Amino acid sequence: MDLDRAGLLNLYKTMTTIRHFEERGIPETGQRGMSASVHSSAGQEAVATGVCANLTNEDYIGSTHRGHGHCIAKGVDPKLMMAELFGRSTGPNKGKGGSMHISDMSKGMLGTNGVVGASIPLALGAALTSKVKKLNRVAVAFFGDGASSQGVLHESMNLASIWKLPVIFLCENNGYAMSTPSEYGVSTTHVADRAAGYDMPGIHVDGMDVFAVYDATAQAVARSRAGDGPSLIECATYRYYGHTVFDNPLTYRSKEEEDHWRARDPLMHFRNTIIPQGDITAEELDQMDADAEALMEEAVKFADASPLPQPVELYDDVYVDYPKEMMKRGVNMAV
Amino acid sequence: MTTTMQTTGTREIQFREAINECLRQEMERDENVIIMGEEIAGGAGRQDQGVEDAWGGPFRTTVGLIQQFGKERVLDTPLSEAAFIGAAIGASSTGLRAVAELMFIDFIGVCMDQLVNNAAKMRYMFGGQVKVPFTMMTRIGAGFGAAAQHSESYYSIFSHIPGLKGVAPSDAYTAKGLLAASIRDDDPVVFFEHKGLYGISGPVPEEPYVLPLGKARTVREGSDVTLVGISKMTWVATAAAEELAKEGISCEVIDLLSVSPIDYDHINSSVQRTHRLVVVDEDTPVCSMASEICSRVAEEVFDYLDAPPSRVTAPHTPVPYSRAMENEYMPNETRVITTVKKLLNR
Repeated sequence: MDLDRAGLLNLYKTMTTIRHFEERGIPETGQRGMSASVHSSAGQEAVATGVCANLTNEDYIGSTHRGHGHCIAKGVDPKLMMAELFGRSTGPNKGKGGSMHISDMSKGMLGTNGVVGASIPLALGAALTSKVKKLNRVAVAFFGDGASSQGVLHESMNLASIWKLPVIFLCENNGYAMSTPSEYGVSTTHVADRAAGYDMPGIHVDGMDVFAVYDATAQAVARSRAGDGPSLIECATYRYYGHTVFDNPLTYRSKEEEDHWRARDPLMHFRNTIIPQGDITAEELDQMDADAEALMEEAVKFADASPLPQPVELYDDVYVDYPKEMMKRGVNMAV
Repeated sequence: MTTTMQTTGTREIQFREAINECLRQEMERDENVIIMGEEIAGGAGRQDQGVEDAWGGPFRTTVGLIQQFGKERVLDTPLSEAAFIGAAIGASSTGLRAVAELMFIDFIGVCMDQLVNNAAKMRYMFGGQVKVPFTMMTRIGAGFGAAAQHSESYYSIFSHIPGLKGVAPSDAYTAKGLLAASIRDDDPVVFFEHKGLYGISGPVPEEPYVLPLGKARTVREGSDVTLVGISKMTWVATAAAEELAKEGISCEVIDLLSVSPIDYDHINSSVQRTHRLVVVDEDTPVCSMASEICSRVAEEVFDYLDAPPSRVTAPHTPVPYSRAMENEYMPNETRVITTVKKLLNR
């Protein structure tokens, strides 16, 4: 691992920011009556963090319905994200996207995505742009164990391989597609095994270990930047909550299993690994936790103080150029 | 057909050649334009054996492009429509202006998600942060004994989807101008090529030009009834109009050209003069372009109508294989003539 002290601290800062965003932002969103489409990535922080620490603003990621962590790790402002969740016009998507479509093109964030597997070819396309225009960017396609059974992933892996595109297929295997266990839905022992079918490296790493994720991604990024094409990385991880906040995960998994994974918490793992090395103290990390907590307080206040979109804005940005009159012609709209 | 929008040029080329010329000129004009699809060039990867352009597109609309622009910008794809249509959308969102070809519209099912949930919605969902200057070229049309999975005319599905635009040219001139407009447009556009038009020649200016998206054109003026044709059906409507003229019935023929947005005003203003409407549409009738146009005319210029808005379309069946049935399936001049006479009590 090539990270210096500041780099290590950044990993922890990103992880604790994600954790605090999920733990604070999701209930706050629910209290404002808009929690139906919000999915927590608490427990999976090491994946988004370890991957995106290898990327610049010029690189792209395509994300999933469980994508708050990817956004934060890619540099999207949590205050703006909170505003988006609350449906405010100051959100990066001006309140038109919400949790499942947060995007920030200035940060190379091609959107969280509500259709499982749908963002994968977008990352492929970003990698194609890089190759055609010789920009030396890489793109990461995040997807889950559920999406690993979508045809579009397999088509995309094949296409990326034959065109040697600078793309990394990044599977966050959190064990469940809604309530369907991955050992039921995935034919191979590991999702990573499927890389063999597309002649690319397939790496299975501990997704609760941010250092392991960072190192595996660093290799794949180097391979892509060198022009050697795609890789598949599977990170074994766990979501602490249900699919959404509405389902009770104990209807399909055990308390013992949850405890097992929580004992391997990625933030705790970072602390247990780094503090004994003596260069970074528990107090510094405690301060980062406190800063993240304060940031979320600020984010909630910012979002609550932000204006709601005007109803008439619903006609904006459907197209770059299209007669707005045609969007409401003859249908008796009030605005 | 005579046209009121045609400009200069006496050189005649085929519909397929007009498409090819347009692609060549747009790729020369803008290095960000790339094209991808199945058999765009053909024989991919065998350059070392002297193979460069084995097909040049299934209907030879992309012939010669790979020699001029290279395999970096002219990309043969495997049969992976979801991946390559999606990649074209992703590329168009990140700095390229990608054209992707879906060989036949009947194949849309395997990649519809990318069009509906990404291309059409990204700009909106992202709050205007992104432009998706993506063009999907695809083929429609029955009449070739190709049966139910290679013959449909599914443009109205795309008209239904906010965020997409669509055009269906009817001749070489409109093909070249509307394809250029589609490629240069900053929104996703679906470009529908009718297989029955490829061999038809017409005058086309050699220099690049753009026709406006969203505009219909009047190809024949008349006073008794308005016929709206879509794609190849504009020819059927025009042929019917010529026959009816011999019996003293004057038909105005409108070539729809754009299936989203639809130029309702152009149709309405014609119907306000003729007081009658027949839409000639090769697609099936339920929730179709024909039903859409009829309902709008009924809503918007009801008081001008002397007869019910009417349709001549395919029946609500898949496209049959045997010519004996396919000939009945396709709208033809006879059905248009019969329908017009019925509206006029003749």
